[in-house]
Amino acid sequence: MAASLQSVNPTLSRNLSSPNNSSSFAPFRSPFLRFNSTTVASDFKPLVSFRNASSSSPFVTRSAAEPQERKTFHGLCYVVGDNIDTDQIIPAEFLTLVPSNPDEYEKLGSHALVGLPAAYKERFVQPGEMKTKYSIIIGGENFGCGSSREHAPVCLGAAGAKAVVAQSYARIFFRNSVATGEIYPLDSEVRVCDECKTGDVATIELREGDSILINHTTGKEYKLKAIGDAGPVIDAGGIFAYARKAGMIPSAAP
Amino acid sequence: MASSVISSSPFVCKSSSSSSKKDLGFSSFTKSSQISIHRCQKKSISRKIVSVMAPQKDRSPGTTGSVKTGMTMTEKILARAAEKSLVVPGDNIWVNVDVLMTHDVCGPGAFGIFKREFGEKAKVWDPEKIVVIPDHYIFTADKRANRNVDIMREHCKEQNIKYFYDITDLGNFKANPDYKGVCHVALAQEGHCRPGEVLLGTDSHTCTAGAFGQFATGIGNTDAGFVLGTGKILLKVPPTMRFILDGEMPSYLQAKDLILQIIGEISVAGATYKTMEFSGTCIESLSMEERMTLCNMVVEAGGKNGVIPPDATTLNYVENRTSVPFEPVYSDGNASFVADYRFDVSKLEPVVAKPHSPDNRALARECKDVKIDRVYIGSCTGGKTEDFMAAAKLFHAAGKKVKVPTFLVPATQKVWMDVYALPVPGSGGKTCAQIFEEAGCDTPASPSCGACLGGPADTYARLNEPQVCVSTTNRNFPGRMGHKEGQIYLASPYTAAASALTGHVTDPREFLQ
Repeated sequence: MAASLQSVNPTLSRNLSSPNNSSSFAPFRSPFLRFNSTTVASDFKPLVSFRNASSSSPFVTRSAAEPQERKTFHGLCYVVGDNIDTDQIIPAEFLTLVPSNPDEYEKLGSHALVGLPAAYKERFVQPGEMKTKYSIIIGGENFGCGSSREHAPVCLGAAGAKAVVAQSYARIFFRNSVATGEIYPLDSEVRVCDECKTGDVATIELREGDSILINHTTGKEYKLKAIGDAGPVIDAGGIFAYARKAGMIPSAAP
Repeated sequence: MASSVISSSPFVCKSSSSSSKKDLGFSSFTKSSQISIHRCQKKSISRKIVSVMAPQKDRSPGTTGSVKTGMTMTEKILARAAEKSLVVPGDNIWVNVDVLMTHDVCGPGAFGIFKREFGEKAKVWDPEKIVVIPDHYIFTADKRANRNVDIMREHCKEQNIKYFYDITDLGNFKANPDYKGVCHVALAQEGHCRPGEVLLGTDSHTCTAGAFGQFATGIGNTDAGFVLGTGKILLKVPPTMRFILDGEMPSYLQAKDLILQIIGEISVAGATYKTMEFSGTCIESLSMEERMTLCNMVVEAGGKNGVIPPDATTLNYVENRTSVPFEPVYSDGNASFVADYRFDVSKLEPVVAKPHSPDNRALARECKDVKIDRVYIGSCTGGKTEDFMAAAKLFHAAGKKVKVPTFLVPATQKVWMDVYALPVPGSGGKTCAQIFEEAGCDTPASPSCGACLGGPADTYARLNEPQVCVSTTNRNFPGRMGHKEGQIYLASPYTAAASALTGHVTDPREFLQ
């Protein structure tokens, strides 16, 4: 692609400094590699110029205004196993629902985790209900594997879940959770799913550097891994809010 | 040749279990082999001389000063797309997108987000770089599914999207001249896949296009909405795992067997956040469609993208389908790989992935007691022209009739036409369709994603009962094709055809030797 940026899109400015200016190599997904938006040059020109964008969406702004020094989630846990794929989170037959349509967004929530096999006797959303009573999902390895469908983190958020604590994630699911801001994806250091039961009461405290999951029912505490590179995007409230903060796209209209 | 020692790099993964070295001609080792890199370099178009580096204890670029670090293919593609001279794994960079693909399931959501964030009157960044391909829920009476295709039509009209493969007459797919079918196969057939480019799609199997030596991966609606407005995406550069497949491909083995072998080896999370780069003499002998099958299931190993160095086969395919200029890239001789796997393909056997995971690998011949209820041949993974040719070849060689319902869903209109028009080698001029009919298969259906992912209740060949199905598709998690207790065995087209003939999971050598 030898064409210059400007010949491709005349509204693009060439002064696109990358926010990532780390000159020292850091290991993969290191908690020390902060994607710091304040390093963007002050004479930075926006990526594209548009008329004022509307921002009436609840999704992008819902966590943008909250202070990020301390964040807490509290509620009941729903525990699942390894390799919970997107078809179990939201079976393909429900993908005709368009998540950006508020009415269909709610419907997606009502079907969250309905694809789990019958062995899961306790359902995530009770039949006939639209919302879940579980705020925290506890998972094993490779949570969210399978499809790139954003309907997966969206339906969990729409149902009312606030955070997932899993041993590891599939990357597209993790990325979609971060980009949408629908659900907070956290990594545990041990197999929390083996030590918690559906219905346990828990609190997650997110702090700069050390976050923890407290299971009030068992009395145990678990350290959670720092969110790493995705932190600034989640803290900003999703990829659009992040890009606005970094000056890459214009601010939304108030 | 420049040397780069990575044996003490933090990126080198632990060696695989040594037991795997014994039987199947498979071996893995943990440092990049200088000898094997030669093969990649032979094909590179630019013979840049890379500075000779003293062996380094660790990889931090900060200590190398002005010495040039080698990059893998994926790193090079992303560096160029981010207009940087060097990137290393872990870098978060803003990358220019060459092509954005979406379909009927995710398109409405992606455009919804685009409008919400950029304004109702916003225009897409480049109406010629977006390809809209309805393919998932097409031939159904489901009103919302039909509505989603209509929504995409409205968006494409309003935005003047150049490539919209529309369908309006659902009763007769042939009456729709623009309609193609399965997005990943259509992208290739219509010349949208080009070496060196960045292709994103709102579908996990977008990684299929890596077969063309480009960076291709799946994204969600929000990321797609962002790309629609800006033509850029924030990406973290992945490290590359190298898979070198050498040896002569046995006549009964297909690319599907190769990728199932690999996924069984590294597990469904074995390549998470990583690139899977495939090379070797066997890869060089594969057709483009076989390479597409290989890269298609990279996501089933958790991979971010798959990539195959472009060669004469690639260029021949691409140059016949597009006149857009492109520039291939190749891994440097001193690039660093986070893992190295080697296969002697001549020693491999047909495999299946048993329920309920793509990494639940087993030899097909060891599953011969598994009674099955149906066979499904279709999808981006196993519904291309060569997949049907292979199945037809086996049916013809066997000369028998299938013992279970055998569903055939060509991926695209073009594949459907090939099934009805192209002669199958060695059959005395018969077409696939004729051979399928003689074998008692179902009539080839309207091209789409079909039952690979279940879909609306009236989808053709959907698994609506707890049956056992051998399928050429890509995932077999619980409920994937419909019924939660359905049992799906993922297999190659040869294995699927052989199984249809016996009513049990069957190694294709029963009929091909």
